[in-house]
Amino acid sequence: MATYRELLAQVRDEIDEVGAADAREREGSAVFVDVREREEWEEGAVPGAIHVPRGQLESRIEGLVPDRSTELVLYCAGGSRSAFAAKALGELGYENVSSLTGGFTDWKRNGYPVETPRSLTPDQRRRYSRHLLIPEVGEAGQERLLASRVLLIGAGGLGSPASLYLAAAGVGTLGIVDADVVDDSNLQRQIVHSTDSLGEPKVLSAKRTIEALNPDVEVKTFEERLTSENVERILGEGWDVIVDGADNFPTRYLVNDASVWHGIPVVHGSIYRFEGQVTVFNPGSAGSVAGRAGDGRLTAGGPCYRCLFPTPPPPELAPSCAEGGVLGVLPGIVGSLQANEALKLLLGIGESLQGRLLLLDALGTTIDEVAVKRDPSCPVCGENPTITEYVDYVEFCQGVRA
Amino acid sequence: MTKVRIPPTLRNEVGGERELIGEGETVREVLEDVAGRYPALQAQLFEEGTLAPFVNVYLGGEDVRTLDGLETRVNGASVILLPAMAGGC
Repeated sequence: MATYRELLAQVRDEIDEVGAADAREREGSAVFVDVREREEWEEGAVPGAIHVPRGQLESRIEGLVPDRSTELVLYCAGGSRSAFAAKALGELGYENVSSLTGGFTDWKRNGYPVETPRSLTPDQRRRYSRHLLIPEVGEAGQERLLASRVLLIGAGGLGSPASLYLAAAGVGTLGIVDADVVDDSNLQRQIVHSTDSLGEPKVLSAKRTIEALNPDVEVKTFEERLTSENVERILGEGWDVIVDGADNFPTRYLVNDASVWHGIPVVHGSIYRFEGQVTVFNPGSAGSVAGRAGDGRLTAGGPCYRCLFPTPPPPELAPSCAEGGVLGVLPGIVGSLQANEALKLLLGIGESLQGRLLLLDALGTTIDEVAVKRDPSCPVCGENPTITEYVDYVEFCQGVRA
Repeated sequence: MTKVRIPPTLRNEVGGERELIGEGETVREVLEDVAGRYPALQAQLFEEGTLAPFVNVYLGGEDVRTLDGLETRVNGASVILLPAMAGGC
């Protein structure tokens, strides 16, 4: 039977080891994996390293680093735990693994860069544990959500589920714009409100429900209708994503123009009876890179609302839910899809609905998709924009069949 | 024969149907065939022979404005008519 020392020596013979100076040169090309315990990691780590405690390494590494040819540098405090870890990864088929001799202690002693990871509180770690388990979210993603700001236009059918799921997910700041009070005809679908809040402004009712669900979330209320007069003040507070659940065309076009000019992506949802439409408008982005030329003109990225619908329909073809009705669960589905798109945009993961319009038919339970392309002649985000300041949106939406 | 999906806001014009079948080689012919049978739809869809500007027409999931417009040949794909919907309520 071998002693610990003998076993360690044997393992170190079998693996590749790298010194601090050598490892420093591999920063940028190699992925650093910190296998220490959480408390050690929180006191400081190699910048950009991923943290997987030794005990969870085998079970989590495939999710975090799927490509087995990735160059990995494992480290612990002194180089022993990472030696055993390197052997285990070799057995899992990882081809390019080395262990940092002397560990983080030696790294620091050399004066190489160290960062102190921000960290969640124990309460937050429990609350968001199901997010932390997902490699695409994890602790870094959760911290990003907590630092994120989402503006919801409307606290109605779409805003209800969207705000609840974004709040539950830990999006740190939610702004809500709505001028209405809770009416008993709302409660068939607007689940952020309740019978207790009848007659109360929707923004206050929503704030109460959201803060009861998750005290990590700060709710900023705007008890007003979004207009050309207040849009700059409200958007000027700075938002990462807008979730558009407005109930009328003038507000839709206003949200579009303002978001294009502010460079804020919009997650669009609309509903009627059994049918819903969902998409993402983000003319300011080309994939992940901001698509602005030197003069600030938008040059790349997805379409805007006006690219999709240059002309609003005449009022007789644009009935609201108040006139035409809506199945109560439909906004639940569409608003949840909007929350999903918003979370992906905030986390920078997955494929967004940018350039695709999802058509949901709850009666047949089908989802169709149509392509939405950037219109180079779009009056707002096109090459030669003709609309460059706020217009009278009510008039714009009425004058179709004059 | 080409399937034409009717949006909810235009179903009153076609007796509540969600989908109609039209005949023709091009998107224009198919839509004119369908609209010819439903005068109320004709009145909403066409203005002096051109398609109303607020109705988007998709063939096989692509906006016909990015293809050959109404002259795009249908080739067995289905048509979706889609006006904007405002409701978030």
